[in-house]
Amino acid sequence: MTATDLPFPGLTGVPTRGDDELLTGKDFTSDQEVRWCPGCGDYAVLKAVQGFLPDLGLRRENIVFVSGIGCSSRFPYYLDTYGMHSIHGRAPAIATGIATTREDLSVWVVTGDGDALSIGGNHLIHAMRRNVNMTILLFNNRIYGLTKGQYSPTSEPGKVTKSTPVGSVDHPFNPVSLALGAEATFVARTVDSDRKHLTSVLEAAAAHRGTSLVEIYQNCPIFNDNAFEAIKNPDTKADAIIPLVHGELIRFGVDGAKGIARDETTGGVRVTSGDDPGVLVHDAHADDPTTAFALSRLTDAGVLHQSPIGIFRQVERATYDDDARQQLVTAEQGEGDPQEALAALISGPDTWTVV
Amino acid sequence: MSKQVQQLDRVIIRFAGDSGDGMQLTGDRFTSSSAAFGNDLSTLPNFPAEIRAPQGTLPGVSSFQVHFADHDILTPGDAPDVLVAMNPAGLKANLPDMRAGSTLIVDSHDFTGRNLTKAGYAENPLEDDSLADWALTPLDLTGMTVEAVKEFGLSRKDAARAKNMFALGLLTWMYGRPTETTIEFLEKRFAKNPAIRDANVTAFNAGWAFGETTEAFAVRYEIKPAPMAAGTYRNITGNLALAYGVVAAGVQSGLPVFLGTYPITPASDILHELSKHKRFGVTTFQAEDEIAGIGAALGASYAGSLGVTSTSGPGVALKSETIGLGVMTELPLLVIDVQRGGPSTGLPTKTEQADLLQAMFGRNGESPVPVVAPQSPGDCFDAALEAARIAVTYRTPVMLLSDGMLANGSEPWRVPEIADLPVIDPAFATGMNHTTTGKDGAEVDDFWPYLRDPDTLARPWAVPGTPGLEHRIGGLEKGDGHGNIAYDPANHDFMVRTRQAKIDRIAESLPPLEVDDPSGEAKVLVLGWGSTYGPIGAAARRVRRTGLDVAQVHLRHLNPFPNDLGDILKRYDAVLVPEMNLGQLSMLLRAKYLVDAVGYNHVRGLPLKAAELAEAITDLITTTTGAEPVVEEVSS
Ligand code: SF4
Repeated sequence: MTATDLPFPGLTGVPTRGDDELLTGKDFTSDQEVRWCPGCGDYAVLKAVQGFLPDLGLRRENIVFVSGIGCSSRFPYYLDTYGMHSIHGRAPAIATGIATTREDLSVWVVTGDGDALSIGGNHLIHAMRRNVNMTILLFNNRIYGLTKGQYSPTSEPGKVTKSTPVGSVDHPFNPVSLALGAEATFVARTVDSDRKHLTSVLEAAAAHRGTSLVEIYQNCPIFNDNAFEAIKNPDTKADAIIPLVHGELIRFGVDGAKGIARDETTGGVRVTSGDDPGVLVHDAHADDPTTAFALSRLTDAGVLHQSPIGIFRQVERATYDDDARQQLVTAEQGEGDPQEALAALISGPDTWTVV
Repeated sequence: MSKQVQQLDRVIIRFAGDSGDGMQLTGDRFTSSSAAFGNDLSTLPNFPAEIRAPQGTLPGVSSFQVHFADHDILTPGDAPDVLVAMNPAGLKANLPDMRAGSTLIVDSHDFTGRNLTKAGYAENPLEDDSLADWALTPLDLTGMTVEAVKEFGLSRKDAARAKNMFALGLLTWMYGRPTETTIEFLEKRFAKNPAIRDANVTAFNAGWAFGETTEAFAVRYEIKPAPMAAGTYRNITGNLALAYGVVAAGVQSGLPVFLGTYPITPASDILHELSKHKRFGVTTFQAEDEIAGIGAALGASYAGSLGVTSTSGPGVALKSETIGLGVMTELPLLVIDVQRGGPSTGLPTKTEQADLLQAMFGRNGESPVPVVAPQSPGDCFDAALEAARIAVTYRTPVMLLSDGMLANGSEPWRVPEIADLPVIDPAFATGMNHTTTGKDGAEVDDFWPYLRDPDTLARPWAVPGTPGLEHRIGGLEKGDGHGNIAYDPANHDFMVRTRQAKIDRIAESLPPLEVDDPSGEAKVLVLGWGSTYGPIGAAARRVRRTGLDVAQVHLRHLNPFPNDLGDILKRYDAVLVPEMNLGQLSMLLRAKYLVDAVGYNHVRGLPLKAAELAEAITDLITTTTGAEPVVEEVSS
């Protein structure tokens, strides 16, 4: 049985375990001691991933986690799969080489807001536009943790940190807007503390063939505690979280008092009352990313009093690695012995013989 | 009219014109027919970095020099015997390289007002006496071409464009080259456009017929085929040979090849070539930047391919961090640097050897990387295979240092037998390699990714997909053996030394150096590396013909140095190190062997000139031993 038989087109070509080979989260846990700060949001994500990986039905040896540099990039050490903790910002490039040459591997990238959006921004957008088959987990804690607390490309304007004593004058990125701008085929946002939602989004991301970008709001209690206070606090979260579920009305607030409707004046979307007949039905499968982008703008860049959570976009498009491999298959068809072919190649058409 | 035929042993011709005049193609075709005829040859293309520099100006001049002979030659030659100049700028830019008495064949068509001014001529040099020192033949090549092709109804501009083929036809006649190879080529190249095809073939034939009938040329020349070792030959450029070497490395190792790269002069042709060889399992990835190119290549190596990246010096600068990751993760990786003039953007289309120290040391930390350099265009094939052998066997990034002269220059190449090529064994890890005692005292089989082969010190290459060998690697320091993150001081000291020892260990797999010292009496050694092989060899021959003794050694391996190099250096009273940089190999030799290496350094963007180098060698012999030349040098 291969993963083709499962509802996971993203894993087509990756061999699966036999039905009798049961694995649990423990089997995906390495012998290395986890060294994040107490209370770090990374723990919850690690637990969710370790808990969810067995459900993919894959063999451990066919899973590769690649990370860059940053707190979250220690992730691969804690999973008993293949893994590479690489250099700052380059994980998507390295993963591209792995995914392109090996259809039989399930490739994951673990990165952070500094790693993916600052030093590695170029690789991130190009991986997404190429649609290389990999799942990117972007841990967004909106701060530089490993270097001890400088502002990051997702920090809010005015943020006071060690490197910005009188406040940051940088305008932040909205990772989801960026991904949609790069025409990523799968773009989602979830939260470290909501294990159920996190798991369901990861499942959908793994199932997707192509690049999946999952932004995970991750709390850094040491350097940026409560950055996601509004969406985590039971008193405010109903108003702060705008749940995106494909095929359902986009409503939020206590008892769905609010909704999202088209804004005719800007072409974007706006908040309206929950019973407004104009409330949109979320269509993650729309080919055109315009509405998804408009929804992503509901999160004020850096300011998170209100934020859509869920899958923004999930569409099918040819992947770079499938097409690249197909070109090899086409070229190889009907050819014979490689050494004979090599002899013919290096001789070329214009030779002369000296006796 | 029957013409006199004169025998020559060698000729150097330079075709020069505007970069839109098709000089590279003309030179390339002349080379092909010379190769087919059986001469030994060596070529030197020289073109501006701009795709279309302003027409008719000096910066827009493009040239192609071909040296062909009835004997074994080593360089494209210092000074041309014949200059074919298609416009005033082509004449002006190249005249300084022409010896008095050498031949100038000049298309007089554009020697008019504005075109003369653009080239910086106040007067028409064809009409005053300024060229009296040369054998000048002005011809209206453009006019004759337009006349010859008028039946095809082309625009005047298109008709005039065939003038390079007229010139080629004339030179083909003059030097008795076969015509078939060129005609076949033109028929294929312009198959889709019959009018252009016929115009080019007609212009070529007209140029040939013009030589046969005109009184402007009373003599034609004959250069007999050169005796060469038996075998099948072809003409090949360095970039092509290098690309073939990479394909061969894939075949000979059984590994898929993955090239991750970003276009850069003068390395892009390697990407172009490798992108054609998917049939051999070669994947080419044109990345978003240099860093992604090497990153993807390293990822592919991790996943069990032969990862390759190709670039030039500025790209190496960007790739340095990933090369360091390759050193730390100990994965095979081939880094091709086709060196060009630097620093910074420098001289993109010109040659230089100034990236040696960058290749050696251009990374943070103690980060040793083997360095391999080809010595001639054809040798790029073997050098690529050798670099791949080292990369795979020792699990390490390897720098392969080609340069602009090798990349675009060409020579006849004896096509190797596949059976004679080295076989590269990837020796993937397949099972556990260690036994650990568990907490309960029981022994468990384990996989240690940094447990080394005692001979090579290479670590196991365990590819994802191999059951039971799941492991994590990365840029952080590794614990000896188990490979987990380790910050322990003693371990770091040990690992730094071990990574160095592994690279040093490569020397044990190298053959002894070849010392070329025909008399066995030499007191002076000339030591070089890379593309200076030709000029050094030619210079050494000149010196020997004057009755002096000189030894030559050429290094393929710059890191580690071969084990016998130290002893060889000790045998000579003086060591001269010619390089196209300010003394980078000299510095390494001085540091490692405490040898008083004398530098001979030029950074003109052009190959070293054999005649000048011969003088420097002679001077050093005279100051070292007191010996003076006994015969005057006549010809190289
Ligand atoms: S610094 Fe912040 S992000 Fe980093 S491990 Fe500590 S809590 Fe987590």
